[in-house]
This record gives sequence, structure tokens and C-alpha cells, in this order.
Amino acid sequence: MRVVDVPPSLDYRNVEVIYTAAAPSDSGPVLFDARRLRWTDPNGMTALLSAGKAVGERSGVRPKLSAPSDSGTAGYLARMGFFRAAAEVFAPPLPRARAPRGDSPVLLELTAVASHADVHQVVDRVQSRAGEILQRSLDYPAAAVLPFSVMLSEVCQNIVEHAGAPGWVAAQRYEWTKRLGRRVVVISVSDLGRGFRASLQAEHSERFGDRWSDATALEAAFLMGLTRFPDTGRGQGVQQIRKQVRRWDGLVSIRSGTARIADSPSWSRLPPLQDGLAAFPGAQINIVLPQRIDPDPDRKAR
Amino acid sequence: MTPDRKTRLTRSSIDPLRIDVCALSWSAPASRRPHLVTRPTGRAVREAIEGRLAAPEPSVGRSRRPRALVSLVDFSRVQVMDFSCADEVVAKLLLRYLGSDRPRNAFFLFRAAADTHRHAVEQVLERHRLAAVCDTGGERFRLLGCATPREREAWALLERRRRIQLGRAGTALGPAGECRLRRLAERRLVYAEAGAVSALSTFAVAGARQAGGARQAGEGSASVTEGGASVT
Repeated sequence: MRVVDVPPSLDYRNVEVIYTAAAPSDSGPVLFDARRLRWTDPNGMTALLSAGKAVGERSGVRPKLSAPSDSGTAGYLARMGFFRAAAEVFAPPLPRARAPRGDSPVLLELTAVASHADVHQVVDRVQSRAGEILQRSLDYPAAAVLPFSVMLSEVCQNIVEHAGAPGWVAAQRYEWTKRLGRRVVVISVSDLGRGFRASLQAEHSERFGDRWSDATALEAAFLMGLTRFPDTGRGQGVQQIRKQVRRWDGLVSIRSGTARIADSPSWSRLPPLQDGLAAFPGAQINIVLPQRIDPDPDRKAR
Repeated sequence: MTPDRKTRLTRSSIDPLRIDVCALSWSAPASRRPHLVTRPTGRAVREAIEGRLAAPEPSVGRSRRPRALVSLVDFSRVQVMDFSCADEVVAKLLLRYLGSDRPRNAFFLFRAAADTHRHAVEQVLERHRLAAVCDTGGERFRLLGCATPREREAWALLERRRRIQLGRAGTALGPAGECRLRRLAERRLVYAEAGAVSALSTFAVAGARQAGGARQAGEGSASVTEGGASVT
């Protein structure tokens, strides 16, 4: 049995270890060993699900998952709905960890997205929680809940409209005290669909000639707003997400195929474009929104 | 309407129509959603709007001339509207009625007072290189989308004056004034009739007032309020 070793900390910065370890196309059984996992974010969770599903689809046998031995981590995963989603991906048995009671900082539990109705459900769900979390945790204005909902809607529609396969979305608030000295909201959307390159292939690959690759496909969609549809109105979603994330000084990146492209703010070290990564079918979109810095911190004191 | 805003439009030429998009989205069988998100929802709402516009035209008396319709598409009560939905409800609707094969002589204004709605409308208009008149709150009308500075100048002047005789356009806008107003009429951003052009907002204000009166009389029943000519 091949073992995919899940590191103690798994978030958007190191999800590559999962994709790399899960990439080999041997047909034997695979175990995702997450016993050491102590910290993860929506990107880590969707990466585990995506990598697990990719292994299962490739080999025809669902992989196994060893759950975190730390009860706090397992409880957190339960609260995020990870085990419920994992039941569709990994072979049983899966742990029956209980979600801790009390106030939850969860903005959006792992939610399957396969249809436009699911997108509506996601928007409905965040309406009740986003306002409070964005205002209290990120110091965003009350009106920010609307563009935030629009952003979630557009990012989820990317799965339905372009991927051709279902995916997941999750969002969560974190205290990045050491890393950034601020709170953040992390959103991750992942699917195992056709990916950006295959989506744009028929319509746009010719104009790129020999340069056509996962990286150029991401550039075409991310920077130029191209889609597989000839309709001028298409392709606005990603562009508008980029604009909104930039307004909030956030980070947005898309991982697809063997490449990743990013709009990276000054506080992030993520390079604008990476190529030659482990093959990842489908796409993973990562958004990090940081707490707003008051340009006049003395104002509150006055 | 204040005395200085009085227009001299012909009584029978225009029907104002207010479309409450929120109510319409609940009544359209294909949508029935509280938020205007996703492309299929937008498509369903657009088709519902087109259905309202396709309703039998009111009698025009002896003239039998097809009456124009100025429709105020009102997003005021909508909470979330994403770009995909705005593309369907705003851009695709305008494109359908811009061409010579339009199903009805309909003009459109939009009411989008919330910043996010206005932003969505503006973005989809720019994406298609379209423009539209938009009430951005309190009957403050703006020309959103793609327009040249000269088009904007001509539109703004007409917005202030409500109606300009084409023959006198040169006095107000310079030698190319008439040409600019005709261009706005081609883009269906103003209403041209009988040698004059009128600001679309004139009809919207009149239509909305009439709709307000109708709502007080029969609260909550109609998502679309259709009235006869109300501009004197």
C-alpha cells in the first residue's frame, strides 16, 4: 500500500505536498495518513478531498484515510463537514468525530457544488454569517457582505459552468497572529473537472501555438478573461473576483494542471506564476482576505 | 413633475412600465430564488421581463401606431446580484431590443441604487460596450457603461432640459449637436419623436409615480405595473 503522508500543517502554502504524493499513477491501494495533522485550512481540506478523489478515479479503488489522532483537529474537521464530504471519497470506515459546541467561526462548511441550485444554497448560507464575521473579524463595512456573496457565487459558478464535474467550497476565519498579525478569511473552491487548459483548448489554443500549456491557459483566463464560450459576457467572474480581492488587499490564486497563477499582495510570498508542478486534474481556487488595516489607528482613541 | 420639467410629449406615444425584478424573480417559475445569482436565474428573469413586454399592447385609439414602451427595470429590492445574472438581465435584454428585429419598440432604464448593483450593471455594460440610463437613487439618473465624452455631454444636457428640438440642438450643443442626439437615439438612450428628443428619465419618473399610486391601491399583487400615458 502506498502511503500519502499528510504533514502536521496543511494549508494553501503547502498543498503541493499532497498533490505530488498523490500524483503517481500506480494502481495499488493508497492510504492518506493524516494522523499527524494538527492544522489545516479550507485549501488543505479540499486538497485532501480532491487528491483522494483523483486517486480513486484513477485506480478504481477508493483510497483510505487515517484521521488525525488529535481530537481537537478531528473535531474541527467534523465541524467543517470534512468527514461528511470524505465519506463520498474515501473508503470506510471514517471517524465519527463530534463537532465542538459553542460559537463557531466557520463561515461556510465544506459544501458540495454540482449545480446552479448548489450555488444558490451557498449564497443563502453565507448571508446569515458573513455579515458578522466580515464586520467583526475583518473590520469590513457592513455592505461588504454583498460583494463577498457575489464573489462566492462567481467562484462556485466556475465549477458548474466550466469544470464539467462537481467540486467543493469552504470558507473559514483564522487568526494569523504570527504570520500576518491580522485575522483572515480563507476561501477554497476545488473541483476535479477538465481544468482550465482543457476548457479553453478548442477555442483558444491555436492563437498560443507552441506556447499553449496549463500556464498559458491560466494566463488566458486569469489575465485576459477568456473562456470557452464565444459570448462576450462570459469570463467576467474571474476578472471581477480579482478586482474585488485586490480592493480588500487579498490574495487570489488558481491551481490547475501543472501550474498556478496568483494575484499576490505585498504581504504574500506566492509567486505570480508557477509551472512544472505535480499534475492536478481540475482546478483549485484559493482566496485569502485579510483584516482591514485602519489607515488612521488613532481615530478610535479620539 | 415641477413646472420647469414639463414636457410636451404626445399623450398617446409612450407607455411607462415599472418592473420590480425582486417580485418578478419570485414569480418566474424557473427562478423562484431570493438572490439574483447564476446565469440560469438571470435568464429566467430576463425571459419573464420579455414576457411582460410581449403582453398585448394597449389600445392606441385611432392612430394604430405601435406605442413605444419605456420600462424601468428596478433592482431596488434585490439583495445579491452577481455578474452572471446582471449579464443576462441587463446586457442580454438590451442587446435583444437594440437591433432592428426587436420584438417591441421598448426602451429600458435601470434602477440600481446599491453600490454593488450599480457596479454589476456598469461592468456588464462595459463588457458589451453598451450604455444604459440608470437611476442610482433618489431619481438621480446617470449614463452608465460605454459612451464618448461628447455623447455624455449631450445626454447630460438633455437630462437637464428633458426635451430638445433637434432643429435647435446646434444652439445648445454646437454644430454637431443634432448628430450627437441622433446617435443617442440610435443607441436608444433617449426617445426621439416628432423632430425632438426626450430624456428617458422623464417617463421613468412619471411611470414610477403612477406605479406608487397603484401599489397603494392594491398592495403586493402586481410585480409589473403598467399604466397608460402619464406625461403631459
